[in-house]
Amino acid sequence: MKIHEYQAKAILAKFGVAAPRGEVVGSKQEARVVAERLGAPLVVVKAQIHAGGRGKAGGVQIARSADEAAVIAERMLGSKLVTAQTGPEGRLVKRLLLEEGLDIRQELYLSFVVDRVAAAPVLMASAAGGMEIEEVAKQHPEAILREIIPPETGWQPFHARKLVFGLALPATVATAATAFLQSLYRAFLETDSSLLEINPCVITGDRRLVALDAKMNFDDNALYRHPEFQDLRDLDEETPLEVEASKFKLNYIKLEGTIACMVNGAGLAMATMDIIKLNGGNPANFLDVGGDASETRVKNAFRILLSDPNVKVVFINVFGGILRCDMLASGIVNAAKELKIRVPVVVRMEGTNVEKGKEILRNSGLNFTVADGMKDGAEKAVSLARRSAQLP
Amino acid sequence: MSILVDKSTRVIVQGLTGREGSFHAQQMIDYGTKIVAGVTPGKGGTKHLGVPVFDTVGEAVLETGANAAVAFVPPPFAADAILEAVDSGLPFVTCIAEGIPVLDMVRVAATLKQSKTRLLGPNCPGIISPGQTKLGIMPGFIHKRGNVGVVSRSGTLTYEAVGQLTRLGIGQSTCVGIGGDPIIGTSFLDVIRMFNDDNDTHAIVMIGEIGGHAEETAAEFIKRHVKKPVVGFIAGQTAPPGRRMGHAGAIISGGQGTAKEKYEALRAAGIHTVASPAEIGETMARVLGKGKRARKTSTVSRKRPKK
Repeated sequence: MKIHEYQAKAILAKFGVAAPRGEVVGSKQEARVVAERLGAPLVVVKAQIHAGGRGKAGGVQIARSADEAAVIAERMLGSKLVTAQTGPEGRLVKRLLLEEGLDIRQELYLSFVVDRVAAAPVLMASAAGGMEIEEVAKQHPEAILREIIPPETGWQPFHARKLVFGLALPATVATAATAFLQSLYRAFLETDSSLLEINPCVITGDRRLVALDAKMNFDDNALYRHPEFQDLRDLDEETPLEVEASKFKLNYIKLEGTIACMVNGAGLAMATMDIIKLNGGNPANFLDVGGDASETRVKNAFRILLSDPNVKVVFINVFGGILRCDMLASGIVNAAKELKIRVPVVVRMEGTNVEKGKEILRNSGLNFTVADGMKDGAEKAVSLARRSAQLP
Repeated sequence: MSILVDKSTRVIVQGLTGREGSFHAQQMIDYGTKIVAGVTPGKGGTKHLGVPVFDTVGEAVLETGANAAVAFVPPPFAADAILEAVDSGLPFVTCIAEGIPVLDMVRVAATLKQSKTRLLGPNCPGIISPGQTKLGIMPGFIHKRGNVGVVSRSGTLTYEAVGQLTRLGIGQSTCVGIGGDPIIGTSFLDVIRMFNDDNDTHAIVMIGEIGGHAEETAAEFIKRHVKKPVVGFIAGQTAPPGRRMGHAGAIISGGQGTAKEKYEALRAAGIHTVASPAEIGETMARVLGKGKRARKTSTVSRKRPKK
């Protein structure tokens, strides 16, 4: 789960991670009041959307007065911000974070993630703050310090020292940096974050470390132990069909193609997308209906797939192990009848009770295309999609 | 022969009396798995499915001499269940649960390093040595005893590959689902090493997916040490970057972990790569049927199955 910068900063404050003084606003009037209250010579106005790349896209601007802050706020609020990460449709700006401008001497990149090979948290740092770490990794891989934090010992002050001296920071900030990093690490662990990124973290003229930006992603699997994070989810930042699918615990990702896929199991679902593409078609989505594709789940899955106006064909690819094909077939038939499905449906089933399942589909009176194997299914789906695209 | 588990493996089912545990334990018993004990805290002293139930894994091991466990425990409690199996000194435990918090697995992985226990999974279908035993949730009937080792990060995609092999009359020595999570107990490399050392495994099917570098690491080992033919498929050739494709570990991040770079590594290691998931079985048949290696694998049955 992703959250906004202002939400991340509020959480980090509880762990003693400093951010610039600031407040979040939703109107131009509020922006003026807050800018006055901050009383700083410079106020930074930052659009609150989940995507990165805001600075270059005009989503971060500097105001020299409360009036200017209000003008900027009026322009940004309600606009669509298009950044390198949003796609051409952009994101609606609903809130702004107004912060005091700081006397910045140096900018750093800091982040914690879990390293899958070491099976441990890793701190990544670079002196090239403000740049995307992927870019730094490409151009100057040697400029990135990686410090694995072994779970057996946890965080130790020397981890911070290695970083301070490794990045050749002034020795006068060593104490501040040690405290800052330890607080970040605690926040990372205690919030079950999958990513905690401070980019940039700045060193100010008075030798403080301050999180100028903050990005936190939470491990969805650990959300059950953080009920307080539930209200932080911003559904407007997610694709509507994906929000709908998540209500039914369906794993759905919308793509751009015309062939909707319904598959059990994530690996087979990916492989189904791949084989559609190999046969010259384009998948409309990724969808894993899971191991217990009950009738209700199938129905909800169908409903979601068919709400995508690009969809010309539905390709169901199921390998029944625990899930019996006859049960699945009845589910498909009932859902298709109830939802009055108008697009062609190709069904490929394999596994437990497959013959019974095929029979149910054939005797349903509905126009299912029953496929024999994954390849046959993909070919049939692609040719049906082509045919329907050629219709006027 | 086979790897990790065979007909003599004595199995504990953690969470035996639960809905999932009961269902799959029955399936395992029907397949021939030697289930010697179940563990459900508070139900010690009872019997379930004809199997004695204990309160703790330690007690179950002591009383039954079990040497493996399969855990059917919901994700919030799964790390604890794995650690209990480690604590009781079991050499092998497989965990099926999907959705264990990553930081729980960080703790588990650190403990595993200090122990003699091998963990398979989590977020996996388990392991089967066809005709001998299965510890997990895979449908037994699609398998056939033979000489191809299968290792995969996926569940149903593994069944798909196994189904193709069996339909072509190609049996399997052991099929191992290593799991779709970013932190797992047993890697591709671990399994491929074991297959390489196993006399009854004559060829290997490796099914990877986007995310991480485990496939590349295994490919490097194969290039240097594996003479047995390997057929490889990578799922997620069409997956968009930055999105988690169902499995927690299946994500291309920062341009890393793409199917393209994995295929390149596989090809560089001399692995027979297949672009289409529908051609895993026939590619293996072709590989086994041609060249020098085919003679070594003459024990593999090539009969067409009865329809």
